[in-house]
Amino acid sequence: MNSIVTIAHRQKLVIVGNGMVGHHCVEQLIERGALAHFEVQVFGEERQRAYDRVHLSEYFSGSDAETLALGDAQLYGMHGVRLHLGEAVLEIDREHREVVTSLARYPYDQLILATGSYPFVPPIPGSEAEARLVYRTLDDLDAIRAAAASARRGVVVGGGLLGLEAANALKSLGLEAHVVEFAPRLMPVQLDADGGAALRAQIEALGVGVHLSRATQAIVAGEDYRYRMNFDGGEFLEADLIVFSAGIRPQDALGRSSGLDIAPRGGVVIDEHCRTSDARIFAIGECASWNGSIFGLVAPGYSMARNVASALAGEAAATFGGADMSTKLKLLGVDVGSIGDAHAATPGAKSYRFIDEANASYRRLVVDASGKRVIGAVLVGDNSYYDTLLQYVQNGIALPADPSTLILPVSDGAPSLGADALPETATICSCHNVTKGSICSAIDAGCSDLPMLKSQTKACTGCGGCAALLKQVFEHELVARGVAVDKSLCEHFAYTRQELYALVRVEGIITFEEMLAKHGRGHVGCDICKPAVGSILASCWNQPIMDPSLVPLQDTNDTFMANMQKNGTYSVVPRIPGGEITPDKLIAIGAVAKKYDLYTKITGGQRIDLFGAQLHELPDIWSELIEAGFETGHAYGKSTRTVKSCVGSTWCRYGVQDSVQMALTIEDRYKGLRSPHKLKFAVSGCTRECAEAQSKDVGVIATEKGWNLYISGNGGMRPRHAELFATDLDDETLIRYIDRFLMFYIRTADKLQRTSVWRESLEGGLDYLKQVIIEDSLGLAAELEAQMQLVVDRYECEWANALKDPEKLKRFRTFVNDKRADPDIHFVKERGQRRPIAAAELNLIPVTEEVV
Amino acid sequence: MATSSNAVRVQNPELWQSVCTRQDLIADSGVVVWLDGAQVALFYLPGEQQGRTLHAVDNHDPQSGANVIGRGLVGSLKGELVIASPLYKQHFSLVDGSCMEDPGQRLRVWPVRFNGDEVEIGVA
Ligand SMILES: Cc1cc2nc3c(=O)[nH]c(=O)nc-3n(C[C@H](O)[C@H](O)[C@H](O)COP(=O)(O)OP(=O)(O)OC[C@H]3O[C@@H](n4cnc5c(N)ncnc54)[C@H](O)[C@@H]3O)c2cc1C
Ligand code: HEM
Ligand code: SF4
Ligand code: SF4
Repeated sequence: MNSIVTIAHRQKLVIVGNGMVGHHCVEQLIERGALAHFEVQVFGEERQRAYDRVHLSEYFSGSDAETLALGDAQLYGMHGVRLHLGEAVLEIDREHREVVTSLARYPYDQLILATGSYPFVPPIPGSEAEARLVYRTLDDLDAIRAAAASARRGVVVGGGLLGLEAANALKSLGLEAHVVEFAPRLMPVQLDADGGAALRAQIEALGVGVHLSRATQAIVAGEDYRYRMNFDGGEFLEADLIVFSAGIRPQDALGRSSGLDIAPRGGVVIDEHCRTSDARIFAIGECASWNGSIFGLVAPGYSMARNVASALAGEAAATFGGADMSTKLKLLGVDVGSIGDAHAATPGAKSYRFIDEANASYRRLVVDASGKRVIGAVLVGDNSYYDTLLQYVQNGIALPADPSTLILPVSDGAPSLGADALPETATICSCHNVTKGSICSAIDAGCSDLPMLKSQTKACTGCGGCAALLKQVFEHELVARGVAVDKSLCEHFAYTRQELYALVRVEGIITFEEMLAKHGRGHVGCDICKPAVGSILASCWNQPIMDPSLVPLQDTNDTFMANMQKNGTYSVVPRIPGGEITPDKLIAIGAVAKKYDLYTKITGGQRIDLFGAQLHELPDIWSELIEAGFETGHAYGKSTRTVKSCVGSTWCRYGVQDSVQMALTIEDRYKGLRSPHKLKFAVSGCTRECAEAQSKDVGVIATEKGWNLYISGNGGMRPRHAELFATDLDDETLIRYIDRFLMFYIRTADKLQRTSVWRESLEGGLDYLKQVIIEDSLGLAAELEAQMQLVVDRYECEWANALKDPEKLKRFRTFVNDKRADPDIHFVKERGQRRPIAAAELNLIPVTEEVV
Repeated sequence: MATSSNAVRVQNPELWQSVCTRQDLIADSGVVVWLDGAQVALFYLPGEQQGRTLHAVDNHDPQSGANVIGRGLVGSLKGELVIASPLYKQHFSLVDGSCMEDPGQRLRVWPVRFNGDEVEIGVA
C-alpha cells in the first residue's frame, strides 16, 4: 500500500497500551497511511498481544489465547511497528518528551494513552489471595481457573454485566455459583426494578444464587468452605473463591503522575479531538474521560481510535461526541438488552411495559414526551426485539400507531423492521460504525459472500452482536439486486437440507440415485451430500442401512456399524437401554471383550464401549453379543444415542416417578432413529436431576404430578442448558410431544445441526416451537406423529439384519483375497488392557506423518 | 502440481497379477486386497461412463498412518473422482492419487483392469 516513503523525517509516535482500542488505533494508522509520517512504538503491560477482551469468557469455553488474539500476528512487524510486550510504561517525562519503562527511556513527538481500565476491588478486610480474584485479563482467568480446581463454590461480588458473566464462567468451571450485589437489583446500571426482578428469577432458575442489597464487611476463614463473607446485618455466605466485579476504574495513573487534567470521577480529560490537556498527548478508550463520562464499551473506544488515527494521518478528522451505550448480551443463557435511555430519565418520557411472570420475561419501551420517537428500551428474556428497537432509537424512525406492539409478544416471533425499512444511514455495526449504505456499496463493488463482506467492511468483527442483522441486510440486498442467495448443500445439489427433505417426502424418493438424477448434478455425489441424503432417507423411510443402495452413502462408521478409531480399528457399543443391565448380560459383554481382547471402557452415556476390533472381527463379535440378547447401540450414527437415567422411585428415597421405566420406554421407541445429528436423552426421577437431563436434546424430569419436558440442551464443546418446554405431562402426552418435537426437528434442521443450534436459529424461538408442538398451530401434529410411528414400526437391529445376509457380510473382510489381519496394527499393554501403539513408540512410521 | 513418479500410470505393465474377482468388489464403494506386502484399495464405479470403472490406490492414509483408505467415501469434486479418508476427511484423486487439501500428501496408484471376471493389477 504505502510502504516505502522517505522515512528520514518520521516523527516518533508512542502508544501506551496494547488492548483492544490501542490495537485498533495501530490498525487504523496503518490503513490510513500514517506510518509514512510516524515511526510507531507500542508498549503493552500484558504478556499477550492485543486480544478480544469482549469475548474473554470464551477462554473458558474452548478458545485459547491465540484464537482470541486480534488481527494477524505479522501485522505490526510487516509495517515496522515495534511492539514491546510485558513492558509497562512507568512514567511520562513530559519535559523531555520521553516515556520511561523498567528497561529504557523512549522519546516521543506524539503520545497516545490507551491504558484501559482496571477492576475496582473495594477495600474489604481479609480480601486477599483467592478471595481477591478479578475478571479482566487472560492472566486473571488463568488465576480463576487455578483456584477453581480445588473449589466447590465460588462467589462473584457485583451483579452487573461483567459480574453475571463471571458467575457464568464459574458455573462453566463446575462450581456452584453465587452473585452478591450491593444494589437492590441485578444490572443496576442497565435495568429498571422490574427488569432486574425478571432477570433475577431467570438466573436463580439456572441454579445461581442471587443475594441483593448485601454489603460485604469482612472476609474471614470459613467453616464449610475456605472463606466466609460477613455481610452487614449479621448474615454470611461461605465460598472457596471470590471474584470481584464491582466496577472498573479508568487506568489514569500515568496521566495523574505526569500532571495531566484528570476528571473528578477519574479518567484523563479529553476534548472532542481526544486531546488531553497536553497537546502532544491523546487519550483513547476506557482511560479517557469526555464531558465527565468514561465509556466502558468497545465501540466508543474504537471511534476515538479512528478519530485520532485519521487526525495523525492528516485527514479531516471527525470529532468525538459521546457514544451510544446500548448493549445486548446473553448472560447464563438469558437474554438481556438495554437501549438508550433505559431508565426513562429524559423529562416527559413515557413507558410501555410488558411483564410475563410465568416466563420471567420483561420488556419496557421508553418514548419521548411527544410520543413519536423511541428513546430507550429494556429487554429481559428475549432479545429478538433488540435489533428493531435499536434501529427505532438510532434512526429516529416514527413509531407505529400503537407503540406497544413493538414489545408485545406476537404469534410469529418478534416484530421486525425488515432490512428494506432501514435508511441508508442506519448503523448496522456499531463497533466499527458500518452503515447500511456502506454495506450496499461493498455489495455493489462485487462483494458476494458474507465472510468477504465482513473482512471488507469490518462489520460484525467487533462484539459480533450485529451478526443476525448483517446477514439479513446482506441477503436482502442480494435478492434486491437479483442475485440468488446460495444455500446449496454442495456442488451436486443446489438445495438446502430442508428442501431436500421436502423433496424426499413429497416425491417419495427412496434412493440416492433417484435423488441425484431428478434434482442433482453429476452421477457420483460426494462425502457431503451422500451422508446427508442417506440420513434423510433413513429418517423418512427407515430401511436397513446395509441395503446395497444405501451402503455407498454412509460414512465409514455407518457402513461398518461401528466407530472407527485412530488406528483404523473399531469400537463396538451394544445398546444398554437406560443403563440398566443384568449381571448375566454384564458377564456376556465381559466374555466377548476378553475373547477378542478388546479395551473396555464405560462411556458417558451409561454404556460400555469395546475398542480395538478389526473389520473382520466385527461379525463374530456381534453374533456373540446378539446371542446374549444385545442390540446395536447406534453409537456410530447420527441417530438416537442413549437415554441416561437415574435409578428413580424404585430405589431412591427422593424419587417421585419410575425414571428407569420411562427411560426404557423412550429408548425403545426412538432407538435407531436417524436425524440431522446425534440425539441424546435423559430421565431423572426427581428434581435433584441426577441424570443431568437438562444437558440433553430431550430431557425428562419427574414431578409429583407427572413429567417435565426439557428440550434442546447440549453438552460437549458448546454447552447449552435445555429449556423447560412443558410441565406435569402424563406418560402418553410426554411421548406425543417428543414424537412431534423430534420429527419437526428432523424436518426443518440443517445438516449436522444439533437440536440446540437448531432451536436457537428458529425464528420465533421457544414460543413458536410451543405453538407448533403443543398447540398444533401449523396443523402438523398428526402428520408428525404418524411419520414417527412409521419409523418406530420399521425398526430392526441393523446388526441382526446384516448377520442374516451373507452378501452384506462380504464387506467385513480386511482383505478380500487374504485371511490375515492388518499387519500394521500394533497394540501395547497399559493398565492391564491393550491400546494402540503411539507413533513415537513405533519407529517404523515417521513421527512427522503420524502426528496430526 | 508436480508429477511424482507414481502419478504416471504404467501403460503396459509387464505383469498383470490377478487379485480377486468382480464378485468381491462392492459397487460405488471400496474393498482392500493384499498384494505381496502392499495393501491396495479397489474402488468399483459401474455407472461411470466417461472415466474408468475401476481404480486402485494405496490403502495407507499418510495423515493418520492407518490403513483405512479402502473404507472411505467415493465422490466427485470439481469433476474429479475422489476418495475421502474416513479419519480426517481429506480427499485424494482416484486418478493420480494427489491430495486436494495438502500437496504434501499423495497416494500410490496402480494400473488395474478386468480380465473377464478377474480383477488384475499391473505390478511392473
Ligand atoms: C469480560 C468482559 C466482557 C466485556 N464485554 C463487552 C461487550 O460485550 N461489549 C463491549 O462493548 N465491551 C465489553 N467489554 C469492555 C471492553 O472489553 C472494553 O471496553 C475494551 O477492552 C476497552 O479497550 P481499551 O483498549 O480501552 O482497554 P483494554 O482492552 O483494557 O486495554 C488496555 C491495555 O493497556 C495496558 N496498560 C495499562 N497501563 C499500561 C502501562 N502503563 N504501560 C503499558 N500498558 C499498559 C493494559 O495492560 C491493557 O492491556 C467487556 C470487558 C470484559 C472484561
Ligand atoms: C469422532 C468423534 C466422536 C466419536 C466417535 C464419539 C463417540 C462417542 C461415544 C461412543 C460416546 C458414548 C455414548 C454412548 O454410550 O453411546 C460418546 C459420548 C459423548 N460424546 Fe462423543 N464422540 C465423538 C465426538 C464428540 C464431540 C465432538 C463431542 C462434543 C461436542 C462429543 C460429546 C460427547 C458427550 C458429551 C458424551 C457423553 C454423553 C452422555 O453423557 O450422555 N462427542 N461419544
Ligand atoms: S434424580 Fe431424584 S430420583 Fe433420581 S437418583 Fe437423583 S435424587 Fe433420586
Ligand atoms: S473429547 Fe475429544 S478426545 Fe475425547 S472422545 Fe471426544 S473427541 Fe475424542
